[in-house]
Amino acid sequence: MSTRKQLVYSLQLDSVSPVLEVCGAAQLSGDPPQSRCEAGMRCESLPFASKIDSLRSKVDLLRLPLALSTKSISSRKSQLGVVWEKGGGGSGAGGARKPRPPPASDMDNESTYSGYSYKSSQSRSSRKHRDRRDRHRSKSRDSSIRDKSVTIQAPGEPLLDAESTRGDDRDDNWGETTTVVTGTSVDSVSNEDLTRLKDLEDSSPLQCRRFLGPALGGVLGLFAVVTPLAFLALPQLLWRDTLEPCGTPCEGLYISLAFKLLILLISTWALFLRPPRATLPRFFIFRCLLLALVFLFVASYWLFYGVRVLEPRETDYRGIVGYAASLVDALLFIQYLALVLLEVRHLQPAFCLKVVRTTDGASRFYNVGHLSIQRAAVWLLDQYYNDFPVYNPALLNLPKSILSKKMSAFKVYNLGEENSTNNSTGQSRTMIAAASRKRDNSHTEYYYEEAEVERRVRKRKARLVVAVEEAFTHIKRHQDDEGSVSSPKHPREVMDPREAAQAIFAPMARAMQKYLRATRQQSYHSMESIINHLQFCITHSMTPKAFLELYLSPGPTLQYLDTSRGRQWTLVSEEPVTSALRQGQVFSLRRLDFSLVVTVTPLPFLNLGEEFIDPKRHKFVMKMQSETSV
Amino acid sequence: MSNFIPGQPLVAVVQRIEIKKLRQGDNLILGFSIGGGIDQDPGQNPFSDDKADKGIYVTRITPGGPAETADLRMGDKIMQVNGYDMTMMTHDQARKRLTKKNEDIVRLLVTRKSLEEAVKNSMGGYQRQ
Repeated sequence: MSTRKQLVYSLQLDSVSPVLEVCGAAQLSGDPPQSRCEAGMRCESLPFASKIDSLRSKVDLLRLPLALSTKSISSRKSQLGVVWEKGGGGSGAGGARKPRPPPASDMDNESTYSGYSYKSSQSRSSRKHRDRRDRHRSKSRDSSIRDKSVTIQAPGEPLLDAESTRGDDRDDNWGETTTVVTGTSVDSVSNEDLTRLKDLEDSSPLQCRRFLGPALGGVLGLFAVVTPLAFLALPQLLWRDTLEPCGTPCEGLYISLAFKLLILLISTWALFLRPPRATLPRFFIFRCLLLALVFLFVASYWLFYGVRVLEPRETDYRGIVGYAASLVDALLFIQYLALVLLEVRHLQPAFCLKVVRTTDGASRFYNVGHLSIQRAAVWLLDQYYNDFPVYNPALLNLPKSILSKKMSAFKVYNLGEENSTNNSTGQSRTMIAAASRKRDNSHTEYYYEEAEVERRVRKRKARLVVAVEEAFTHIKRHQDDEGSVSSPKHPREVMDPREAAQAIFAPMARAMQKYLRATRQQSYHSMESIINHLQFCITHSMTPKAFLELYLSPGPTLQYLDTSRGRQWTLVSEEPVTSALRQGQVFSLRRLDFSLVVTVTPLPFLNLGEEFIDPKRHKFVMKMQSETSV
Repeated sequence: MSNFIPGQPLVAVVQRIEIKKLRQGDNLILGFSIGGGIDQDPGQNPFSDDKADKGIYVTRITPGGPAETADLRMGDKIMQVNGYDMTMMTHDQARKRLTKKNEDIVRLLVTRKSLEEAVKNSMGGYQRQ
């Protein structure tokens, strides 16, 4: 019995491994589990006896035959009626539960998951799953500490790791080698919730933190603007009687003060009162410098004012007015400084940044001026959303049929060798050496496969174009003066753009769907979005070609973005991110599933010379054979 | 007209032709026309074998003139005039060399393809014997 429990425990750990089926089969067929245990699994003895009790409940579940479809499992589960205890035993290390990654998103929507924690390293998909989770964790914690518990940014779903639900990176072999241990648990969610969570996860919610800096600046600015008025008003309020009367010169100063304040306010509004578009990881040095400067200025002016004017109750009002005017002048100059530092200095190009996306190699070159790394990163990301074609993970890898050919001869090693880790490196090296020596024709296969895919895409594109053209001929704009011309025999019904779009969508729907499938774009365009786009094009009298431009070429990422939420990027750099750009720097901007690697090169110094050519010096002779008689 | 290698001496079979100038009014004429020269376009020369040859060629012979009586033929390349080399001359310099007013006779060294072949044939005949 104990060995059986041991068996169960190791199953618990390695829930995603081909060994699982073996063990399950062993259970069913009654083979002694001992041999199996030694052959391929990591059977450890548990320090906690309580865990074994909780595991006992799983033994019943494991009597399920392990052929998988979620429907059958849920039906069988209902047969067994096992209830998964949420707090039971805290199996495995770590406190939080992680669900099994759901199967590919085209499986049914009824799949339910339960919390399940494991730290197995023995299987491909769980390793991938764990890596994804770790990456997410390090991103969310902003550190590289591998933590055992996970926090999710999205509120309201505390126990689910939404990072793991990227259905795009689907592992086609996943279903065959895993068990889904399900139960009716409190924290089960459906597939739609998970995709929604994924969207939440990708984009960060609007935090209040992003308004902290501008709020501070706003307060300081307001204070600075109110100060001259306070300087003027306070003597009048406090010791009006003893003030020297001050006639025309003061009034002149009042006017100049008023206009300067007005200009200050207008330019502050124009330049600085804009919603910030990015939160930077570190302080924006120039901005902090300027805020500090303003604060210092105003504080020192107040200090002087307090000591020299308020205390002795200075009676020279003209001097006070002049003092206030000088403060406004100083504020205008600080604003000039701010303009130069924040807006103008980086306009002259000084560096060329090469940006390469790691997943598919799309690259661009940009010219920037003298910026710090974080500011350059923000500017770059603005350009990224415009220029780079959208990242389509489905288009990436070589088809498995080509790559797996190399491995097929050596597959026999993988299953049996999991115990001897010190042999595995040597074996893998020999495998690689043998594979390289083996004559393979994968390049020809790749070539032919590429040609085949290209041909298929072109064929579908041709069908799509013809279908769309034909569909567009079915409708035309209804001119009001034509009303009398239409014959009473077949009255034409007048439709609004939405109905017209729905009417002509039907004949082209199939061709469109097949084309999108061929170019792997089907996740970006839902039927609803296609009809919306069609309606848009019809409203603006676009031709079929204009309608199709959205689908024929992958547009910039901005097109597919939901702009109501922010996007989370991580800036990875060896140097502090507030340091200025220098030659040879490399930093990268990381996102969940890809990153942009940026290399900095300075623009060359241009030595421009001059050469003057007199227009009269352009002379030509004919090349000819002249004949002279002698 | 053997292919020349720049910088190496040129070897050719030449024929000596002596032309007596004919006085016609104020001019002394020779009775033929020349073409070519280092300042001319050698590709348009119809008489040369090597189209990079910038030498001076005889392009026309006036019938009954002194050149015809002296057995100058059309297509001859003039190698020397009165001892002066003509292979690297501009067109104008060549004309001046030929029309010097104080010379009555010009002694030319000319080469033509048929000369080469004649020599080859005679040598071949000799060898066969």
